Amino acid sequence: MTSAVELSGITKRFGDVVAVDNVDLSIADGEFFAMLGPSGCGKTTTLRLIAGLEFPTEGSLSIFGQEVGTLTPDKRPVNTVFQNYALFPHLTVLENVGFGLKMQGIDKETTRRRSMEMIELVQLDGLAERKPSQMSGGQQQRVALARALVNQPKVLLLDEPLGALDLKLRQEMQLELKKLQRDVGISFVFVTHDQEEALTMSDRIAVMDDGKLLQVATPEEIYERPANRFVADFIGQTNLLEGTVSDSETVILENGVSVRAKNGFSAGTHVAVSLRPERAHIQSQGEFEEGWSHVNGFVETVTYLGNALIYGIKLDWMDLEVREENHPGVELYKPGAEITVSWDPDAISVVSD
Amino acid sequence: MKTVVRADTETATATPEFEKAALRQESRRGLFLAMPAYLYLIFFFVISLFIVFIYSFATRNRFGGTDLSGWNLDSYARISEPIVRDVLFRSVWLAFLTTVICLVIAYPFAYFLSTRRVAVRNIMLVFVMIPFWTNFLVRNFAWRVILGNDGPLTNTTEFLGLGSAELLFTQTAVVLGLVYGYLPFMILPLYAAIERIDRRLLEASRDLYGTGLQSFRHVLFPLSMPGVIAGSILVFVPSLGAYVTPEILGGAKTTLLGSYIVTQFLTARNWPFGAALSFVLMLVMLVTTIVYFRKGGRTL
Repeated sequence: MTSAVELSGITKRFGDVVAVDNVDLSIADGEFFAMLGPSGCGKTTTLRLIAGLEFPTEGSLSIFGQEVGTLTPDKRPVNTVFQNYALFPHLTVLENVGFGLKMQGIDKETTRRRSMEMIELVQLDGLAERKPSQMSGGQQQRVALARALVNQPKVLLLDEPLGALDLKLRQEMQLELKKLQRDVGISFVFVTHDQEEALTMSDRIAVMDDGKLLQVATPEEIYERPANRFVADFIGQTNLLEGTVSDSETVILENGVSVRAKNGFSAGTHVAVSLRPERAHIQSQGEFEEGWSHVNGFVETVTYLGNALIYGIKLDWMDLEVREENHPGVELYKPGAEITVSWDPDAISVVSD
Repeated sequence: MKTVVRADTETATATPEFEKAALRQESRRGLFLAMPAYLYLIFFFVISLFIVFIYSFATRNRFGGTDLSGWNLDSYARISEPIVRDVLFRSVWLAFLTTVICLVIAYPFAYFLSTRRVAVRNIMLVFVMIPFWTNFLVRNFAWRVILGNDGPLTNTTEFLGLGSAELLFTQTAVVLGLVYGYLPFMILPLYAAIERIDRRLLEASRDLYGTGLQSFRHVLFPLSMPGVIAGSILVFVPSLGAYVTPEILGGAKTTLLGSYIVTQFLTARNWPFGAALSFVLMLVMLVTTIVYFRKGGRTL
């Protein structure tokens, strides 16, 4: 099956700056695909390359098997929801939504009918004659979606689509976007710097940093088996315990303690054991689950979140963060308490640079 | 404690009234700041304009003086005379032509300017302004050299075997001179308007299947309308009343309104007629400006 979007060996340079560095990527049809990374990592440039707003310096780019690398945006079967929406301020909602159809020379009657249908689909009925400036951020966001989707693109590109919305609205729109994507059935490729958003919404995530593609996988895989130190650190919270590989089952931590850690690195490789705060468990010193790895330390800080407690733990050679769910009867430790941190050896991952 | 609470609720309910009062006060203060400009304009502009207005209804006496008794509309009636009508139409036509040419030349330049880095823009804007450092009269005489016999233009056309391009003392020369003189007035407001437009709107247009030309027509141009209107008025109005350029570059056959009015005052010594013509000129400008703003207002 041909992919919806296929990038091979794509590089984009702006002068001396390499914005996208030799990226290979394949996005399947009907997939909700996130591109995640810190600002300046090249995710937006990659999206713009797919849209045709930038042209690759090297490499080839195809959409449903058709090579589009040199085509201008108006020749590509994709549409974009821009960051801050870029709605036409001089046009009404109806005219904004109908813009793409009008440009394609579709007759007025059809344009009007399809635009109205789309406005209804994004629940903006009755606002068709408004100007964008008379609408709230959430409504503008819907107009931007309608304006793109009315053209029935083969792929919808979204550049930080929820970035300008406040938290509550953002969470609502996350669900709505997901539902919308299932309804229209095309692939959504969206760019975000918000890892939580990426995890909640996507079928697959591509993590980028410094122009390079670090990992492309499902949210679960990315969280459980990060490809390297950057991904482990960027996605969710984690403790990185530095160490050296002893064999494929064991890592020797900085303090000399060896812990069980399945890994695929050769002996002597400098690695870090990624221990998620919620995967670690604390008990009074000397107590730990049978077969679990463990280190001793004492409680430095306690943050009460209501549903959970975050412990700041001081070890001899580093600090750790441990999250304990606040079940009834859970034992509370006070700052200064001497404890043992333990974890299931299967609940960690080993990463290198 | 109690008083604090009461004060709070009072402020909360009183806020709209209070804000209105503050706004009124602010607007009074604004008027005070505008006073010097108002006074200056009233004294030197409104009063003299009023005098001209009075004169336009007066009668020229046999000795070239003006009788301020016996009000009549004779001077206004003369405007329908063919010779006056021709001058009026010719002036409007040339001013219109000048405006259109300025717009066509200035638009791409203003757009280009808005895509440059800020430092480059400023330097280029200075270049646009440089001609203003030289006296307007001197610059017009320079054009006389350029267009004149044995000038660079005729020399070039003759060298290319196109014959001699005798432009001096023609309407073409006047339009060329006017375009040159007023082009910066078109560039500056256009640049200011285009520079404000969000580039992503053009990208959105391209993304929504608009070609470059369609994006210009449906997005860039409508959004730059305020600049187009401001620039057009700034070029059209002075072109219509232009005196120096037509006088220096135009021939005797191409009398324009500005020169014609001056002739009435200085040569024909018909002050009432000159005054009436001045008012007609103002009326044409006013009507054009209003129509233009209306039209622009609708597109925006």
